Amino acid sequence: MSDTLPTAEADARLDAALELNPQVALRPEPFGALAYNYGNRRLVFLKHLDMVRVAKALVDNPSLRAALQACEIAPSRWPSFATAFESLKSSEVVRER
Amino acid sequence: MSVESLVSQLKSGLDAPICLTWELTYACNLQCVHCLSSSGQRDPRELTTAEAKHVLDELHDLQVFYINIGGGEPMVRRDFFELLEYSISKGIGVKFSTNGAFIDADKARRLAAMDYLDIQISLDGTDAVTNDAVRGTGSYDLAIRAMEHLRDANFGPFKISVVVTRHNVDQLDEFKALADEYGAQLRVTRLRPSGRGADSWHDLHPTNAQQRQIYNWLLDHGDSVLTGDSFFHLNALGEEPLPGLNMCGAGRVVCLIDPIGDVYACPFVIHDEFKAGSVRDDGGFAKVWKQSDLFLELREPQSAGACGSCGSYDACQGGCMAAKFFTGLPLDGPDPECVNGYGEQLLDAVARELNPKPSMDHTKPVRVSLGTTRKPSDLVASS
Repeated sequence: MSDTLPTAEADARLDAALELNPQVALRPEPFGALAYNYGNRRLVFLKHLDMVRVAKALVDNPSLRAALQACEIAPSRWPSFATAFESLKSSEVVRER
Repeated sequence: MSVESLVSQLKSGLDAPICLTWELTYACNLQCVHCLSSSGQRDPRELTTAEAKHVLDELHDLQVFYINIGGGEPMVRRDFFELLEYSISKGIGVKFSTNGAFIDADKARRLAAMDYLDIQISLDGTDAVTNDAVRGTGSYDLAIRAMEHLRDANFGPFKISVVVTRHNVDQLDEFKALADEYGAQLRVTRLRPSGRGADSWHDLHPTNAQQRQIYNWLLDHGDSVLTGDSFFHLNALGEEPLPGLNMCGAGRVVCLIDPIGDVYACPFVIHDEFKAGSVRDDGGFAKVWKQSDLFLELREPQSAGACGSCGSYDACQGGCMAAKFFTGLPLDGPDPECVNGYGEQLLDAVARELNPKPSMDHTKPVRVSLGTTRKPSDLVASS
């Protein structure tokens, strides 16, 4: 999660209302979790325990930003989370509500 | 987390396998000369329907997302569809490997109606001569007929699974075209000297020049061709790694359940030395996966041994454990198909007749004249 985005773009991504794709199952693992999409049969690695916490918190929060706040993730890390969740969106692990 | 650190995490093991192969039966209508499980005859100790369902219950609890079912020929089990439907109802997707003999129009329609199901048709040549030399007379026609039925039933993108040998390596483009013609996805995997393959490997495995051909072809075709991550030993050929995790997953992310419920580190090591336990033991599959001495040992950092001083080790990881074991090479040394030729040098010094033999052999006896019985593997070895 080293890629960072220009602030405006990161802001827009943080404001997105996301949810776990209903066809995705998460399996906890020591490094984070495995996410399996039964629809497209793709297996994706969530490579950090904090990613898993935030992914699970999406459902109870109106935006990615709110989920990050709720999970007490330091704001300095938010841009990298914005990038990581964009990638989870493209692999259909999460989707916009 | 970088790819390297993810791989090192995976090497220390997962809470449950990602890729679990389950051979449902040793019975098979074919007798392929490279069969990794030496299949042919059913084993009277094979898991009952109730036992198999209990294993599926366990896999469900462990959140195993999908399983690879094989054999033998899994469709010869009378409870095949029952187990398939039970697995899928438990949220465990199934990909099964078959030679296609038992997929008629009716079965194809039944299979096409099921969700979370993949089918893999084995084919080792784009013509009958090349294919049947390995898989047996008539097997090419059986596979093509099954593919036609699946296409007619609108099954969707099934898979065509090819074991790459010295004799079909020049057909890779034709395999791709054949898959495209049927709306299928091509899967190519590495030939291992496992099962009856121990006898045929020396005559079938690709030459060193052909290995480069495979590497370049795989790079050109990227993610559009599946490989089961089986060619990672070829990464020493160039700067660019092949798609995939490029690590040996045995006992870490992969394992095999054989027809009688024994659990091995991977599908290519059916030998007592790599047997971790049985699903019939107290604690079932979960205990074997999580606590068996063998699997815990495989999850420890492995020694590069003789390969430690070679500049290619980071790329090839020393290759395939099963390939080394059944060709009589030390496990902490080069793969028999080491692209730098170090394995080949060692093979010359190995007394082949002393190589470990698979613990299970279900090859059907073949009647020959004078009333004696011989196994096809003997015929191959002596030819």
